[in-house]
Amino acid sequence: MITKRIIPCLDVKDGKVVKGVNFAGLRDVASPVDLAKFYSDNGADELVFYDITASAEGRALFTDILRETASSVFIPLTVGGGIRTTDDFERVLACGADKVSVNSGAIANRDLIGEAAKKYGDQCVVISADIKRVNGAFHVFAKGGREDTGMEAIEWIKRCVGEGAGEVVVNSMDTDGVKKGFDIELLKLVCKAVDVPVIASGGAGSQADFVTLFQEISTIDAGLAASVFHFGEIAIPDLKNTLKKNNINVRL
Amino acid sequence: MIAIVDYGVGNLFSLHSSLKKVGCETVVTSDKKTIENAEKIILPGVGAFEDAAKKLRDSGLDAVVKAEVKKGKYLMGICLGMQMLFEKSFEYGEHQGLGLLKGNVVPMKGYIDKDLKIPHIGWNKLHFEKPHFLFKYCKESDFVYFVHSYFATDCKESVIATTEYGKMLTAAVGKDNVLGCQFHPEKSGDVGLNILRAFCEA
Repeated sequence: MITKRIIPCLDVKDGKVVKGVNFAGLRDVASPVDLAKFYSDNGADELVFYDITASAEGRALFTDILRETASSVFIPLTVGGGIRTTDDFERVLACGADKVSVNSGAIANRDLIGEAAKKYGDQCVVISADIKRVNGAFHVFAKGGREDTGMEAIEWIKRCVGEGAGEVVVNSMDTDGVKKGFDIELLKLVCKAVDVPVIASGGAGSQADFVTLFQEISTIDAGLAASVFHFGEIAIPDLKNTLKKNNINVRL
Repeated sequence: MIAIVDYGVGNLFSLHSSLKKVGCETVVTSDKKTIENAEKIILPGVGAFEDAAKKLRDSGLDAVVKAEVKKGKYLMGICLGMQMLFEKSFEYGEHQGLGLLKGNVVPMKGYIDKDLKIPHIGWNKLHFEKPHFLFKYCKESDFVYFVHSYFATDCKESVIATTEYGKMLTAAVGKDNVLGCQFHPEKSGDVGLNILRAFCEA
């Protein structure tokens, strides 16, 4: 049976990892390539690269980094950040990305998911949604969480999947950064609404949070996190052993 | 030299990189002569069967690949490339494959438990059905990475590994010089690299 996936997310700006990295034996790593190798050697099931660069020069730097990573790391790579057109898909896929994650780009251009799915296949298109509670409803936010679109989140996700998104990343802005666990309430709603893989993001603070995630929601496919992995608060091999002890199926 | 057949489907960057990584001289090509001169051939593929089969036919490379296989050259299909080795696919209709292996490609939908998500995406275990040189550096229950919605069936004579997803599904095939992996060895970490290494050494 298929395993639950653990996915570290690397924020990259102008070709460098943004958030500080602090492992034993691996201090202040700025190279996304080195960090990707480290995670790949230490049990990550997949990697997400998020390009938060604004400039064209920075984007070119990012594709160089991606190419270098994909030449040396042989696990699935998802790329997000600044994806607005199918040309953007082409640019990152040609450098070795396996999946492309869209967020604001899909909100601004409602045809993007459909066009990309048709051209590259559903398995290649990931809808990533930043979601926050507003007056008791779940709203989708755009532009890195700065803009409330007013759209209801579950309907939005269903629509994206209907158009061809093959996977959903649910980033709860309410739990993100709080480190008190994933947004189980929201994730349950999403898992009930769609039948493609769902990846939980936002809120992981401890190994127990991952155990709770997979025990509470049997249909969730993966847990994604950044800082708890980067700061060495959770080592992925330890996490996977803990999950296994709790009868959660993982790749060891 | 291994020739990765480029017939306009799929992303060949990682496959090329992974073969380089295991020290294998590799070329991505759509040139008939280059394929004829290669020691081994890899047929990749992602996307829909009908579209891929048509592109392969239109390029004329289907005949080249078949002729080389007939001469005894090793051929490995990967993912959709593996599915194309069979007689027919029933993905949105009925389509002819290369017919190099006995069997057909059918949807998982309606076959596996309906609670299970389709596509089958992620890491799953290899279960060996027959000893095979492709697995000489692997062991039973090693994990590999899958992304697919259709699977090969009625292929008892060639199946060498299966994986469990509700039911046992064909994971790898091998009969004489025709080999195939449903999973992506180029995305399956060290296990996948070891399978590619074994292919290169054959």
